[in-house]
Amino acid sequence: MTVATDQPPGLPGGSPSPAPPLAGTPPAAAVSLDGVTVEYGKNKALKDVSASFPIGAVGLLGPNGAGKSTMIKSLLGFIAPTAGRMRVLGLDVTTHPQEIRARIGYMPENDGHMPGMNAVAFVAYCGELAGLPAVDSMQRAHEVLYYVGLGEARYRNVETFSTGMKQRVKLAQALVHDPDLLFLDEPTNGMDPKGRDEMLELIRDLGHNKNVSLILSSHLLPDVEYTCDHLVVLDKGRVATSGRIGELKGPAGSVYELRIKGEPEAFIAVLQANGLECHATDEDVMRVFVPGGKTARDVFALAAAHGHQVRHLRPSVPTLEDVFAKAVGQE
Amino acid sequence: MPIHDQSYRRYGGARESAQRAWQVIALAGIKSVLRKRVMLGILFGAWVQFIVRLVAFYVSESFQQTAALLGPSAQTFRDFLSTQNFFVFLIAVYVGSGLIASDRKANALQIYLSKPLTRIDYVAGKMAILASFLLFVTWVPAILLLVGQILLSGSFAFARANATLFPSITLFSFLEVFIVCCTVLALSSLSTSTRYVAVMFAGVMFFTDTVFNVMRLVTGSTTVSWMSFTGSLAQVGDAIFRLPLRYTTPVSVSFIVLAALVVISLSVLERRVRGVEVVA
Repeated sequence: MTVATDQPPGLPGGSPSPAPPLAGTPPAAAVSLDGVTVEYGKNKALKDVSASFPIGAVGLLGPNGAGKSTMIKSLLGFIAPTAGRMRVLGLDVTTHPQEIRARIGYMPENDGHMPGMNAVAFVAYCGELAGLPAVDSMQRAHEVLYYVGLGEARYRNVETFSTGMKQRVKLAQALVHDPDLLFLDEPTNGMDPKGRDEMLELIRDLGHNKNVSLILSSHLLPDVEYTCDHLVVLDKGRVATSGRIGELKGPAGSVYELRIKGEPEAFIAVLQANGLECHATDEDVMRVFVPGGKTARDVFALAAAHGHQVRHLRPSVPTLEDVFAKAVGQE
Repeated sequence: MPIHDQSYRRYGGARESAQRAWQVIALAGIKSVLRKRVMLGILFGAWVQFIVRLVAFYVSESFQQTAALLGPSAQTFRDFLSTQNFFVFLIAVYVGSGLIASDRKANALQIYLSKPLTRIDYVAGKMAILASFLLFVTWVPAILLLVGQILLSGSFAFARANATLFPSITLFSFLEVFIVCCTVLALSSLSTSTRYVAVMFAGVMFFTDTVFNVMRLVTGSTTVSWMSFTGSLAQVGDAIFRLPLRYTTPVSVSFIVLAALVVISLSVLERRVRGVEVVA
């Protein structure tokens, strides 16, 4: 049985990470972009993007090629934008790149490790690079490797790891110096379902229980929906929509799933004529958007009045997929 | 006392200056290289000449009739460093070729540069790894040889008569090491294959030397020594040690060639050492 003090290394008391020298009052947003444009030659990856990522867990959602990774790499200072300003944790990316990188953790999309090192040496080395003393760095490396589920494999060379283990060790190296903000670029890429669930659980725990703000870039809607509270949707280099996921999904009950006996086209026309937005979906289910002031009873009344038999009517909670499809579709 | 849970905890300890990142890189790299037996063999071999020269100094001090043959001179130290070039080449290939190439292959650059360090810190750290070993087989034994000569002779007469020797050894060793480091690192940043980098560096050394020798045969003059990397270095070295120049090439030309090589290498490093490779 391991018995230890429940205190972080280096400072008795286990108090949270002290604010770094440049951090004054806490920033209103973890990340903000103001008119940012990034170009690769003639191709604009980000087009005049203005967005704000609040403190907490924020999903950066978008189809492949939307500009998610470009945005993260710009925020890290890897790519210089051709126009606009970016601030991370209240610090300007152009003028304070070092201070920002000392306070953030980055889990890249691609495989990445230090050649020839085992997991604990790799993570401890990353901690030292981030400014931790060697002893603290090694202790933290052991801790975070246990946290991400690589405790038993920490003396194995990273090159021998499976894809899922490499994802975990990338998360560990991003966490070892205890960042205030995590950039996670497609963290569940290549993982099996069990590993994916565990990774999402870790991310959710970090964002909700460990007081670590994070920006999760993904094209997988369920990942973002499970781990994040806020959402920024990128599409073709522009912000398609953003806000709290709950608010974006809208109030429950205003959307209904409806199935009737017979062909739905005629009833869709009836509903639309009476001011109810209605779309046929796959199979024979319709999705009816009931505006404020009307209820499901109105749907029943219309069906009865026009001789349609309702077989199924239930409130539909809009999914993030709806939000995403709507946002991307509007573009 | 609470049971230690293996969960994530915030860190409240000290944080050190980001300026030491290059030292972290250098120290980790040096430790990693020293774990290889082949490297220990090369380092041991590189010091054999030092021992032989020291014994020669001892003999020349003990037996005056051998002083003319084995006694020290500025040329002795110049020759010592020239002979060490073989080990400089071996170490440059063995240690240097993988310094950036391996990181590029493992996608480590994006991890390095997401930490609070600059590209200069990264290159300086990598350069310090190679430079440490190169200085260990050039400057360190040469200086110790000079110290050994003083101790064996029991007087400062030689050192006083050759007062420029210490700065000459230092200047030439550091110049050579810097140029070799820049060249190898630049080549290393161009590829993800360590072997390919080694071949490229050997090409720079031997191909330019071959071209020079062919041109020398054709023209009957050594003025074209600037075409050779080793030739230019040797010419500048002779000038630093204030010895008769071995080629007819003006020293300034040889120096400009070496300076151009450094500028090109640094330019390559500036372009290739990035957190993200952008293909427009």
